[in-house]
Amino acid sequence: MSDHDHDHDHAPIADGDEPPAAARVRALEALLVEKGVISHEDVREGIDWLVSRTPADGARVVARAWLDPDYRERLLADGRAAARELGIDPGPAPVLVAVENTERVHHMVVCTLCSCYPRGLLGPPPDWYKSLPYRSRAVSDPRGVLAEFGTTLDDDVELRVLDSTADIRYLVIPRRPEGTDDLTEDELAALVTRDAMIGVVAPAAPAAVGA
Amino acid sequence: MQRAVHDRGGWPTDAAIDRSEHELADWELRTDALLGALAKHDLMNVDQLRRGIESMPPEDYERASYYERWLFSIEARLAEAGVIAPGELDARLAR
Amino acid sequence: MSYRPGQRVRVEAREHQGHHRTPAYLKGRTGTVERVHAAFRNPETRAYGSDGLPAQPLYLVAFAQRDVWPDYGGHADDRLFVDVFEHWLQEAQ
Repeated sequence: MSDHDHDHDHAPIADGDEPPAAARVRALEALLVEKGVISHEDVREGIDWLVSRTPADGARVVARAWLDPDYRERLLADGRAAARELGIDPGPAPVLVAVENTERVHHMVVCTLCSCYPRGLLGPPPDWYKSLPYRSRAVSDPRGVLAEFGTTLDDDVELRVLDSTADIRYLVIPRRPEGTDDLTEDELAALVTRDAMIGVVAPAAPAAVGA
Repeated sequence: MQRAVHDRGGWPTDAAIDRSEHELADWELRTDALLGALAKHDLMNVDQLRRGIESMPPEDYERASYYERWLFSIEARLAEAGVIAPGELDARLAR
Repeated sequence: MSYRPGQRVRVEAREHQGHHRTPAYLKGRTGTVERVHAAFRNPETRAYGSDGLPAQPLYLVAFAQRDVWPDYGGHADDRLFVDVFEHWLQEAQ
């Protein structure tokens, strides 16, 4: 390539640690661009969107719901609209449903068939979410999975596992931790981790932040 | 009930969940974005992506990494659509 | 939309060659409609180049874990919620 455009500021041309797929997809992209099927810009836009997505966006949604009961209602009614209210691009999946943890109910999300995940609010899913053991056991042994994440639920809590098999993407609204009455929205958002919004852990306790 | 290799819910396993994570490599981001680019030009949709992944030989599916599965499916779809000729990509790589 | 929240429905226990989004572990199981989603383009035909129309009604169906797994080791009221298309559901008792 004669012009060192931003398409090539990440990858070396050849890297011994890369699988064969790496060179393959670069060659495939070049081939498709040459054939006029796609443009480099198409791919660049996709990469830019993907790397711009982080769990901080989902955390903002949760923190706002904790603080504002009306926003919480709107979030539960229409997740995409609620995300857009905060200036967040929810991504291409048609429907986002927020499910709320309570004193009696805890939710956990999986996609047993592939890897469906609310990327618009959480960024790309972690490897473990896409792994065969998680996909297998999240539905059949969810409490065992939670235990691996260090999470135990109280005896009277119903565990609800959601298997995302269609065009709906699910976001867990974790319970607001105790002792957070004086925190600002930003401070609350800092407690809300990606894994809490998948439902495998509770949010961080306030004392843990800034330690 | 017969089950395909991708249909993992309740699949018997003693495997612990490996919680190590890795930042997506450039080639993985590129593969992800390639699907979006093809979708933008009405050449491939996410259902075709999944169907292609599900068509992998079971051993290959289980051995492949996540985006290696995507690439397999994308290549299969492009061949199906006649956009890439058989062996064309291999020939280019051999250049 | 044929089914309403609270209605008991059974997931059809049929083989389906080709792409479909009803997990094997659910086939033949009976649950309760929790939520009526909108109708969506059918992935079973979209996967083969069709536009997926007519759109198919989609439901969030709740299953008692102990009704799904013979050896379920969690709590008695744990549940599993899955999005299932109407054409995979039948009325149940």
